[in-house]
Formats: sequence, structure tokens, C-alpha cells
Amino acid sequence: MRLIRVCLFVLLAVEVLLAFYENRLKDHYVIIPHVLQGLKALTKCSVLPPGSAVSVLKSIFQDIHVQSLMLAERSCVYNILISLMESKEEELKGLGADFIFGFVQSVDGERDPRNLLLAFQVARNIIQRGYDLGKFVEELFEVMSCYFPIDFSPPPSDPRGITQEELVLSLRAVLTGTSQFAEFLLPLIIEKLDSDIQSAKVDSLQTLAACGLTYSHKELAEFLPGLWSSIRREVSQTASERVESAGLSALSALVSCLSRSVLNSDSEDVLQVFLSLVLKDCQHHLCEPDLKLVWPSAKLLQAAAGASYRASLIVSAAIIPALLEQYNNRTQCAHRRTLLEVLQGFVQPTALSRPADGEDSVLVAFQQSLCGVVFSALTESSAGLQVTATRVLSALGQQPGLMAQTDVEKAVDHLSRLILEEDDPKLSSAVVECSGSLAHLHPKAFISRLIPRLKEEILSGQSDAAVRQRCVTALASVSSLASVVQESTPVLLQVLASAHTGSCGFSVEEVAAVCISLQKIAEHARDSEEIGRFFHDIIIPHLLGLCLQAALQTRDAGHSSPLTDEAVLSAIVPVMSTACAALRSESASRMAAQAVSLFLDGDVSFLPENAFPSKIQLLQSRAESGGLSQLVCLLMACVCSLPRSVEIPEIDRLLLQLEDLSCTCTHLFSFTSAAKCFAGLVNKRPAGEALDAVLERVMKRISVELENTSSGQRTQAFTLLLWVSKALLLRYHPLSTALTDQLFALLSDPTLGSQAADGFGVLMSDCLDVLNRGCHADVRIMYRQRFFAENSTKLVQGFNSAEQEKKSCYLKALSHIVSNLPRQVQLTELPALLPLLLEALSCADQAVQLSTLSCLQPVLLEPPEALRNQLEALFSRLLALTTSPAMKVRIASLQCVHALSRLPEHTVLPFRARVLKALAVPLDDKKRLVRKEAVAARAEWFLLGSPGGR
Amino acid sequence: MSGGTRLENANPLIFQRSGDRLLTATDEDEDAADPIDDREIFDLIRSINDPEHPLSLEELNVVEQMRVNVNDEESTVSVEFTPTIPHCSMATLIGLSLKVKLLRSLPDRFKIDVHITPGTHASEDAVNKQLADKERVAAALENSQLLEVVNQCLSTRTM
Repeated sequence: MRLIRVCLFVLLAVEVLLAFYENRLKDHYVIIPHVLQGLKALTKCSVLPPGSAVSVLKSIFQDIHVQSLMLAERSCVYNILISLMESKEEELKGLGADFIFGFVQSVDGERDPRNLLLAFQVARNIIQRGYDLGKFVEELFEVMSCYFPIDFSPPPSDPRGITQEELVLSLRAVLTGTSQFAEFLLPLIIEKLDSDIQSAKVDSLQTLAACGLTYSHKELAEFLPGLWSSIRREVSQTASERVESAGLSALSALVSCLSRSVLNSDSEDVLQVFLSLVLKDCQHHLCEPDLKLVWPSAKLLQAAAGASYRASLIVSAAIIPALLEQYNNRTQCAHRRTLLEVLQGFVQPTALSRPADGEDSVLVAFQQSLCGVVFSALTESSAGLQVTATRVLSALGQQPGLMAQTDVEKAVDHLSRLILEEDDPKLSSAVVECSGSLAHLHPKAFISRLIPRLKEEILSGQSDAAVRQRCVTALASVSSLASVVQESTPVLLQVLASAHTGSCGFSVEEVAAVCISLQKIAEHARDSEEIGRFFHDIIIPHLLGLCLQAALQTRDAGHSSPLTDEAVLSAIVPVMSTACAALRSESASRMAAQAVSLFLDGDVSFLPENAFPSKIQLLQSRAESGGLSQLVCLLMACVCSLPRSVEIPEIDRLLLQLEDLSCTCTHLFSFTSAAKCFAGLVNKRPAGEALDAVLERVMKRISVELENTSSGQRTQAFTLLLWVSKALLLRYHPLSTALTDQLFALLSDPTLGSQAADGFGVLMSDCLDVLNRGCHADVRIMYRQRFFAENSTKLVQGFNSAEQEKKSCYLKALSHIVSNLPRQVQLTELPALLPLLLEALSCADQAVQLSTLSCLQPVLLEPPEALRNQLEALFSRLLALTTSPAMKVRIASLQCVHALSRLPEHTVLPFRARVLKALAVPLDDKKRLVRKEAVAARAEWFLLGSPGGR
Repeated sequence: MSGGTRLENANPLIFQRSGDRLLTATDEDEDAADPIDDREIFDLIRSINDPEHPLSLEELNVVEQMRVNVNDEESTVSVEFTPTIPHCSMATLIGLSLKVKLLRSLPDRFKIDVHITPGTHASEDAVNKQLADKERVAAALENSQLLEVVNQCLSTRTM
């Protein structure tokens, strides 16, 4: 009861207050602002009595002249309207056209962007919520359209943050909200398209495109010829891509609007009429393939065709025969190429023009002649034409029903011929790409025709290296389905085998390239379990067997097989690790067990062609150089990339042996790989006592080795330290700080200082073969930022206290760390580091200069405030480096000077004369690459602050 | 380019752009000196924008590599350009843009000569004379409206 009484009381009070305020509106102008504030508060109240909304609005519209109020009061009025529209929609609709009239009167002449946004919102509500506009359609349109197109540049440091974009979008929603505005809006758009201002054109075209969504063909019909000629003129004359793409999407919106129209039996088809107008104006330009207008016309036609299935039927029926005929009549390759490129645009359907289920592709009728043209183009002598033909071929192949089985076979034959015969790099990459996309859809034709032919060519031993390389790349690109992989990878394995026996004379580079192709194929194992299993069962054992054979043979006979080369081994590692990373649980455990037993116990039972000595010890061969010990990288590839859930058998024994190998081996590649493998395992090992024991042992051993300055194995200890630190740093292990502190200490070491500085590069960058996310390593997000935040002060202190000749190591370490940080962090940290980086620029070490420049350059593109105060120092150092003896330093410093020209004009203009004078020197540099950068930088600096420039 | 105005030559012939210069091993070699050659000069001017069309001078065949002659030892450059039509009113402007681009991009030891390909323009002599006259070129660049158009031709397009 009480509650109701309170409510009643409030209701009564509201009524009294409203009446009071309404009366006060007639009062002296001084109190009006307060009255409006009060009304605004009241209209937000949820219990407005019925009828009050109407009476409030009537008194506002009658008693006050909104546009003679101040800004804040006008905003009050709009807010009152908005809240009443939310709560009392029915009542307002009852007011009918009076409401519209009142609104039109109160908004007429509004100039403030904040209020305009509110007014646009009211207008949008009126239109979208179905208020009756009555006879005030034109008035409402007039009062809104006078702002079109909007030209608004917010004052600098505008706290309200209203953008031109916001105003444009909300006005566009009003103007295009109802088709009742069509008769006024369309002429206005045609008129504004004549404007000289580019943004006005773009806005008009985008507004027109928005109209296409709400209008029907009735509203458009009358204006179509005018709109078309404006769009055509803009697209064919403009220099701006924005205008062009806005024009094309406007045309496409118009056509798709017309395509939605329902046909009457007595009236003509508006779509047909409009498209014949478009065709009449554009088609003849397609017959002049060397003139400028061929492209704008083709794009217009393609935009129209892409708008709907029906439109693409009409346009293709007219255009495709004409293009095919033109193609056959022309004999010049350049003409044919242009025609084929135009054709390509029509062959590829868009999302809107894609045939629905049960409909045929619009090109079915031309299927034969299209294939004929493509095949004839593939036999031409011009590479450009052939490239275009391969693209059309892929587009045809993607659509069902456009290539019969015989066509596919013919296409495959053409592709194999091109792979074998054509040596133009662009063409071969296009052919390879096309083969890849077709092989995904028609694997059988590729298995039966392409693979045997390439196999024969690769293994014949007669073709030259470039041809073999193309064949190998093509094999990799067609192998995306399991059925193809099972045919193509054995060929690649055979290549490796014959490289090992030395029968076909494969070079080390070729063998590495074969491995890269295998790796590309292995990447598909992620999506297909079948491919993964195939790699596990066949490819990996074969690779391991081959490498082992090669290593044993080298040891025994002294003959060196390419498979013992470090470059080849490093290329085999990613093949295995990519495949292993994709293995599912059961086969992954089997893989781990096999690899561990092979390396620990010499168990060779799972390798093919079992002809190995029974007890080989792979992890203990310390005496000889490399040989068997370098195979540890293959162990790393297998065990370090398996999913984290897989348990590695005998891990403690394995870790101990790896530790031994990495500390005692003298062969760089072997001990580095052993250290990496150790780190990869440590990174994944669950925390606990076992891990702590391992770490304690290894840290002790490292410290002992490092402290003994006369020891010959300090480099090995340092390498192990570096990789273990990385493994722990990535997983935020508490011990990582102790290890990285040791690295910092080494920066002032007389022999290891420089290596330690480069070590920070290893620490901060992503490693390709181990300890990355692809290998399922435990990598916490933002570990770089964390490391930087914890250690930057140590580095700066170390730098300040170091002796003069040691300082460069600190600078090098710093630039490695900073250049690997994400840009956002670089920007925030730069102020603190800038003095040090500037110091690094004047450091004599060229490597330090180079890495500092490459770390500065991206920062300069979006410079933080702190840089502004240091410009003087920055310019003098950069300009001095433009005459450095090292070419790369000259180039990098010129790129930085170039980047500086994009800083706000007032900050860099004072340096213009000095920069131009200094840049005149590298214009006469003896190296062309330097001159090129100097020309580019100097041109930008000339434009700076000059009329028509920037 | 407002809707009302008509272009002098609305549908010109378009030529293919040449690709980027291929990097050679000598280019990467620190010690080898690369002399300034015809192709390098051509690369400087081929991307200049036409004042009327959204096309480069190369695409309109206004400049060609065979009409560029450079002698690095004697420090001379000579460039001939061919207006698209014999009455092209933009010829002087194109010539001026070429000249300014070369002045900005070459060491000042070079003597730069820019002229119209003989027999391709109605008022060939007058234009050549203007372009050869140092004083007039300098005076033209004092004119801020002219400089604005030239700068637009020389700026890399980012619109």
C-alpha cells in the first residue's frame, strides 16, 4: 500500500512539476535554460503520466525558438526528444506530422557537431521506427541534406573526439534510411558527384551504395541514366583508388538492387535495360586492349556482373564471346595478355554472383572455348601471357563443371611441360601455384601424369640443376592430399638416396632444397592424420637411416656424402620436427621411444634396410670431428617437437649424455645441437624435484667450466648456459634469473664478451628449430617484455661502469634486446634508452651501428614524444653515418633519414636545408644501392614544406 | 579533374611498365664501383606521374630508356621525351618535372639536358628553349602554383 502511495505521490508531483515547467517556458528568456534542464530530467523519469509527452513537446515547439538558444540548451531539447522517443513512442506517433514539423523547425540551422549527432539520431529514429512523415518528407529531407556532404575537421586536441567519420555515417543512415527520400536524394548525389573535392565524391558514391540496400527499382528507375553516366565518368577519369573502388561498389549496389526487383508481365526488365546501357558504353572499349579506358571499362563491367547471378548471366553472355573473338583476332602477345586478364576478372565469381545449388555456372556455355583459349595461351612464347593463363586455369578449375576430365588431363600435361621447359622465375612460380590449386581438386590426374614425368626427369641424371629444382618445388606444391603425398614423397626420398650414393651428382644446395620441399609437405600433416602417419611410418625412419648410413660410411671410408653436410642436416631437422609436432598421442609416444632407443642404445631395428653395425654409440663419439655426434640434431628434431603430454623414456640418462656431449665435444655444430636438444627437453619437463636436480647439476658444471679461464671448453659451457637460460626464460622458471645474470656478467669477459652479446639475440628472437610454439614448447606470453623490464637497468648500469673498450658489447646486447621487442613496448621504453642508442650510433663497431639503425628505423615511422627533444643529436649522428665505409650502414642510415621526413612538419623543417645538403654527397656514392636510397630520401625531404608536397 | 572539364586526350595508349632492375652480385659487392648508367637514370624518371592521368610517364611512353643518354665520366645526361599528342599543352610542365627530378637526384657535377624528341610536338623549339634556360627554370620554381604541380608529379602516389 505504501509503495503505491509513494508512486501516486510521485506521479502527482511529476504532473505538477511538468505543468509548472511548461508554463515557465512562456516566461522570461533568462530562466529558459533552467526550465529545459528540469524538463530534461523529468522526461528521463519512468513514470511520466499519459499525455504529458505531447503537452511538453507542444509547449517546446510553440513557445521557444530552439535555434536562438545557446549550445547547451539546444542539446537539452534534442535530449528531451530522444528520451521521449524511447519511452512514449505511441503518444508521439499520435501527434502525426506535427511532431515532424516541430522537429524540422527546431533543428533548422543547427551548426554544432555535437548537437548534429543528436539531431541525426532523432531523425534516424523518426525514419526507422515508422513515424508518419506526412507532407513533410521534403522538409525533413531538406533540413538534413543541407549538411551533405559533410566536411568537418575537428579542432586539434579536441576533447570530445567527434570525427568526420562519425558524422558522415550518422547522416548517411538518415538520408538512406527511407525510400521516400529517393526523389530528392538521387539528384543531389548526381550534383555532388560533379564536385571537385575528392572526399565529397567518395561520400556521395558510398551514400549511393547504401541506397542500394533500401531502395527498390521503382525509386531508382528515373535516375539510372544520370547515375550511370556520373559513375562511369568518375571511375574512368579518377586518379584515386578510393574514388574508383567507391564508384565500383556503388554500381554493384545499384545492379544488385535492380536484380532484386520482381518482374511484371507488362513492364520491361529494368535490370536488362540498365545492363544494356552499361554494356553499350563499356563493351567497345574492350576491343582496344592497348588504350587506357580498357581497364576502367572492364572493372565497371566486372562490378556489374559480380552483383548478382542474373547480372553475371546477362553480362557474360555479351562479354565473353566478344572477348574470346577479340583474343583470337589479335596476334600481339601484349594485347592477348590484356584480354586474358580482363577475362580472368569475369571467370572468378564473387560471393553475390555465385550460382546457387542446382544452378549452373554462367560460363558453362563457353566452357569449351574458354579451355581452348587458355590452352593456346599456355603455348605462347610470352611469359606474361602464360602467367595470366595459369591464373585463369586455376579459376576455371575451382568451379565445378567447367573442366571435363579430358581438359584436366590436358591441363596437367601443359603444366608438366611448363615445369620442365620454362625457366622464367615468375612463370614457374605461377605454374607451381596453379598446379597446387588444381591438384587439390583433381589428385588423380596429377598422380597418373605429372608425378611420373617429374620423377623420370629428376632421376634421369641428365637435366640441369635448375630443371630439377623446379620439379622438386612442383612436387612439394601438388602434395596437399594424402593420396598425392604417398606418391610424391618417395620420389624425394629416392633423390636423397641417390645423392647419398653419389649417382646423379646432386649438389649440397639441391639436397637442402629437397629437404625444404619435404618440410612443406610435412606441414600438411597438421590437417591430415593420414599424412602424419605416413611420415611417421615411412619418411622419418628412411631419413634417419640415410643419415646414419652416410655418417658411418664417412667414418669408415672417408668418402663424404652430402647427407653429412651441416647445411643438409639443418634442413632435415625442420622436416622431422614439423612432422613430429603433428603426431597424435600414440604414434608420438612410439616415435619418442624409437628415437631414444636409437640414440642411447643403438637400437636400429625400426630403420629400413637394416644393415647397420649392432652397437653404435651415437652420443658418445667425442674423439672424431663431427661424424656420428652431429646426428644429435636429428634426435632434437624428433624428441623436442613432440606434444608436451608425451613422456620421453629414460629422460634422465638422456639428459646426462646430452650434457656430457655438449660440454666435451669439440665440434661446434654437434655441441650446439646437443645444448639445444638439452634445452628443448628441459623446457618441457614438468617442474619438480627431478628437474631441480638436473638443473642444479648442470649449473654447477657450467660455473666450474666458466670460472676456469684456462679451460679449452669455455665456449661449450657458454653455449649450454645460453640455451638452458633460454629454455627456462621462456617458461618463467625461477632459476632463469640466475642464469641470465651469469650471461650479463660474461659481457665484460675478455674472450666471451662478444659471443655473449650476440647470445642476447638468440635469447630474444624466435628459434626456428627448437623452443618455439610450433614445437609445443612452453612459451609464456610476453616473456620478452618481462625480461626487458627486469633487466634493462642492469644493462644500463653495466654499460656505465664498464671500461671504454668493453662498452660496445653492452651496446650490442642492448640493440639485440630492443630490436626484438614488440613495437608498442619499444615506443614506451625508448625515452629511457634513447641516450644509449644514440651512443651506440657513434660506437665504432659496424655491427652495433647496423643493428641499432635497424632497430631505430621502425620506431622512427611513428616516433614517440621523447624523440622530439633529441632530434639534433639524432640528425648529426645519422648524417655522419651516410658516409660510413660499410655499404649496409650507409643504406640503413639513409633509410632512417628518409623515415624522419615523415615526422610532423614543424619539428623537422628546421633541419631541411642541412639534410638536403648532406644528402647531396651520397647521391654520388659509388654503390648504386646507396644512391637509390639517397635519391628516395632526398626526394621526400625536398617535398617537405614545399607547396604540393606533403 | 572536375566532371565538367574534359581531358585533352581521354583515352591514351598504355604501355607496359618494365620490372624492377635485377640485383646482381656486383651490386652487393662493397668494393666494386657501379657507374651511373642509362637504366639508372630511366629508373629515376619513369615513375614520375603524368599531370593529367593517374599514370606514369613510362606507361604513357613519354619517356623511354632508349631516349636516355648518360656519360658518367663526362658528367652529362641527356633525356628526350615524347608528348602523347603534338599539341599537348602539358609538354612544358612534363619537361620541367623531368628537369627538377634530375636536379634533385643527381650529383651537381652533372650537366642536365632535357628536350622534346625531334618532330613530336608543334612548338618543340619554344619548349626546348624554355627548358634549357637556367634562369627561366629557376624563375618557374619560384612560382608556388607551378611548384605545387611539379611536386605533385614527383610525389609517390599514396592516395
